[in-house]
Amino acid sequence: MSTVHLLYFASLRDAAGQGGESWTTDAADLRALYAEVQAAHGFALPVERLRVAVDGAFARWTDPVRSGSEIAFIPPVSGG
Amino acid sequence: METRDFWLADAPVDLAPLRRRIQHDRAGAFASFEGWVRDHNDGRPVRGLRYESYVALAEAEGAKVVAEAREKFDLCGALCVHRVGDLAIGDMAVWVGVTAAHRGAAFEACRWIIDAIKDRVPIWKHERYVDGDAGWLHPESTPGTGA
Repeated sequence: MSTVHLLYFASLRDAAGQGGESWTTDAADLRALYAEVQAAHGFALPVERLRVAVDGAFARWTDPVRSGSEIAFIPPVSGG
Repeated sequence: METRDFWLADAPVDLAPLRRRIQHDRAGAFASFEGWVRDHNDGRPVRGLRYESYVALAEAEGAKVVAEAREKFDLCGALCVHRVGDLAIGDMAVWVGVTAAHRGAAFEACRWIIDAIKDRVPIWKHERYVDGDAGWLHPESTPGTGA
């Protein structure tokens, strides 16, 4: 079991109804973690359209979930 | 005085100090790009918008974009600032400034930087429409590939 802190932005934050939360999981990697969170909150965006960041740096979906880390799911960006 | 090459600003930006920061005796060309808030998007009248960001990651990734431009092109200086918060029609949302010995590198680097910012930096636009509706823009593209 790992406990992590999740950050939500833009439409994911609206769907989750909060900017972040603590999450305890058995997920082996970040992809499995997103699947869990997506199901819980009903996120419409599929994993293929997102990027993921751990502790303020872009990460890979195949990276393991490290307890105590801060994980952000990054929806398609629209700056500029 | 801001000293970073990329940052997020939560208030209107004074451009004169930015231009001065990239002025250089070796520079014969200055190219800049300003992104403005327009009154429509995809055929819908827009009333205003808000930019939200994952600040720590956006400032790190934006700095990386400018550093990569300096490696790719023969530049004297390069800077980019992006607004966050509530913006009105006509407000400047993003500014890119590049100086180089010659115009070719300045134009190319300026274009390259704004394209990379739009593609990679975690900033999101929330548009409010004249009809009262509002929503986040999540463009259909493959993240991080420029597609």
